[in-house]
Amino acid sequence: MGERLTTSTLLVTDGGVIHPDCFSHQFTSAKSRRSETWRTRLADRLTASTTLQGEGKELTKEEKQRLRKEKKQHKKNKKDDRGPPEKEKEKEKASVPAPSKPATQSPAHKAAPVPVNASASESPVAAEKPAKSKAELRAERRARQDSERASKQGKKEGGQQSTSSKPKATPNELQPVVKRLPDHVQVDDPVALKKLAKKLERQQVPLRSDYGYKVSLFSHLHQYSRKNPPTQQISIPVTVIHPSIVRLGLQYSQGIIAGSNARSVALLHAFKQVIQDYSTPPNEELSRDLVNKLSPYISFLSQCRPLSASMGNAIKYIKKEISNIPSQCKEEEAKRILQECIDSYINEKIILASEAISKYAIEKISDGDVILVYGCSSLVNHILCEAFEKQRKFRVIVVDSRPRLEGREALRRLVKKGIRCTYVLISALSYILPEVSKVFLGAHALLANGYVMSRVGTSQIALVAKAYNVPVLVCCETYKFCERVQTDSFVSNELDDPDDLIVTRNGKTHLENWQTVKSLGLLNLVYDVTPPDFVDLVITDLGMIPCTSVPVVLRVKNVDQ
Amino acid sequence: MEERELVEYFRAQIREDPDVASAVAAIRSLLEFLKRDQSESCLVFRESVQGYEMRMLTNACASLGETILGLRENQTKAIQRLEETDSSVAVSSGGELFLRFISLTSLEHPDLSQCKNVMIERGELFLKKISLSRGKVGKLCHTFIKDGAKILTHSSSRVVLKVLENAAADNKRFTVYVTESQPDSAGKLMAQKLHNLNIPVTVVLDAAVGYIMEKVDLVIVGAEGVVESGGVINKIGTYQMAVCSKAHNKPFYVVAESFKFVRLYPLNQQDVPDRFKYKADILKTVKDLNQEHPMIDYTPPSLITLLFTDLGVLTPSAVSDELIKLYL
Repeated sequence: MGERLTTSTLLVTDGGVIHPDCFSHQFTSAKSRRSETWRTRLADRLTASTTLQGEGKELTKEEKQRLRKEKKQHKKNKKDDRGPPEKEKEKEKASVPAPSKPATQSPAHKAAPVPVNASASESPVAAEKPAKSKAELRAERRARQDSERASKQGKKEGGQQSTSSKPKATPNELQPVVKRLPDHVQVDDPVALKKLAKKLERQQVPLRSDYGYKVSLFSHLHQYSRKNPPTQQISIPVTVIHPSIVRLGLQYSQGIIAGSNARSVALLHAFKQVIQDYSTPPNEELSRDLVNKLSPYISFLSQCRPLSASMGNAIKYIKKEISNIPSQCKEEEAKRILQECIDSYINEKIILASEAISKYAIEKISDGDVILVYGCSSLVNHILCEAFEKQRKFRVIVVDSRPRLEGREALRRLVKKGIRCTYVLISALSYILPEVSKVFLGAHALLANGYVMSRVGTSQIALVAKAYNVPVLVCCETYKFCERVQTDSFVSNELDDPDDLIVTRNGKTHLENWQTVKSLGLLNLVYDVTPPDFVDLVITDLGMIPCTSVPVVLRVKNVDQ
Repeated sequence: MEERELVEYFRAQIREDPDVASAVAAIRSLLEFLKRDQSESCLVFRESVQGYEMRMLTNACASLGETILGLRENQTKAIQRLEETDSSVAVSSGGELFLRFISLTSLEHPDLSQCKNVMIERGELFLKKISLSRGKVGKLCHTFIKDGAKILTHSSSRVVLKVLENAAADNKRFTVYVTESQPDSAGKLMAQKLHNLNIPVTVVLDAAVGYIMEKVDLVIVGAEGVVESGGVINKIGTYQMAVCSKAHNKPFYVVAESFKFVRLYPLNQQDVPDRFKYKADILKTVKDLNQEHPMIDYTPPSLITLLFTDLGVLTPSAVSDELIKLYL
């Protein structure tokens, strides 16, 4: 028996980064690919920049994208070098003799011939190299490496290709292939911060500064205070940002609009207003100019509050629709089309999806059930109200937690409908769980490795429910599925205002001056991730699927588009 | 073809060939039903179809669509009738897959009989594919049985028998423990069949599964239905065996043909619908089902190591992928 991979490991394959349980999905889809190409693709992902033009194989979209990125990187390197062509040619020459050796040693290894072909296509001078003897080549290579190392001392560091002539992977050579981290998780990196500041200055969007001491584990995330909204720094009325977007940003940062469905719908409505008020400047095309106009708005909104996965997907959809507008389309016609697209997106992906999900979920609610819900999920509330209307007999236990106390809103809605409810705080969870027959949870996003990202406290509920053998059902629309992969709640999260944790009781506020105590940090996390082992069932508008089948849905969705 | 005739045909199929899977017999009966389906009876269904408010059909294929819908209605009713006769999950899943397979083709012919012929052809093709599926599973699985292995199995499964037959033909030496599997003592039947193949076999009590687990190397069971989560529905006692094998870290293998994949998603034992739990005649006659004992149980995917199907060797999480491919 081979070693069983634990769920916290990830597999890097030529098909992407995947969770071990999802490996068989990739495998069944990979059966259709030719078996020889997987090895070259795997090698490509791990080795330096290679061009496959010499191979004559079909380039997939990802490979073409990577090629474009590598060419850009190449050009940037050439600009930085200031002794450009010689260095590059030397590097190519240096890399050619080395691959030719391993190529002869292991003819079966396809990765080696690829860099050989690559460098051969770029520097025809290198063709004469194999004629020399191996010892001479080695001596030349060593001399060149020394000279390059000497010249490298006086150069800047970022983005330089390594002088190693081996075709194997080195950390520097990985840079052109690895995707950049998103800006909002690089707060402790001064270079990234400077880049972000420059970008925001260019777009005339105010930069929001962090507030208070951040716990060291989360120092890579932003922590803003509600008392300093970014709108304070905007001058009115002259501003590059549309007023409905300013209003939306304020509503986000103050917490007036909360919940991932609400935020997405509000965003789409604001964009409708923006499109309505937009007029194409002369000599510009609507499809390109409008997308450029939207970028500062999106930066502004992410300064107010980091974008959620559902908002990200909505923005991607809008941008795609805008760029698909034919150039001969008149402005009025184009605006009408876009408004319709947005309306149909909201209708299909949110409203109709919740109808479909309720239908499936009601099958799972039987008479006499005791259902536990956490916080306020619009979808779960909708399901319970529908089930109650369909005459199912059940009662609900609402679990709530500080500092948001969203459960009170859920309680209000359910009681108004007439459903029997009980209200507890999350500390009483293990006390009431023996009574519970099912747990219904909402989700903020579903990640590609099957992890569920939801309000902080959800993974705790799932864990304790698993210990008591209570089935956990997660309800989530497909537009919240995202391609990201995450195995813990640290790497990407959101830090809310730390002052929310301060509570006044009996007229005394102990944490009032927490900033003066140097050893004290207040941590107000917003999200956490739940592993798929704790979730029994995910109900989506496509049907009921196990948590490990999320990549299948993403694949089917991509095929549809 | 009357519903009575359909049931008679079905029962005759099972009588003539006791080795055939009940789902295969059901599909054969459905195919026969389709062949003998008179066009006139479709006209009768046209009224009932109109009553279902299928007015969204375009005018061009309205008349044609209704009669094809009539055929489909007949087939669905026939499947329901067969389910009433033999309430196994396999009949339900096999029937639904059959119906989907034969209608998953372009039925744009103006002549109804031509459409029917196309559907009948697809039906024959489907039948041929699934008759070969048991052989495929046997070929896949027998390589996992090593020389000198001790195997534990539950009740009587024809697929497991085929697997063990293939392994024995490969000159492997192994011993088999079979549980008695009350209340119908199907295990004794299995032991007899294995004895005829000259495989050393021992019958153990259902209660002795925990006792025998430390001696065995692997557990192989069949399945009546494979559900969306990757779990299986099988004869009562399978869940117990799976829990014991997990506790002893022994691999738990399930062998099933692909037509047993069904669109159910039970969360626990209670969530399995009643129409599968009890035998068909008991469902009809008995009022209070709490007094009856269920014939099947549900094994969750976390306890299953691998599933051997004619689509290949799958992990439980890949079953959902295959189901999406089959049904969408």
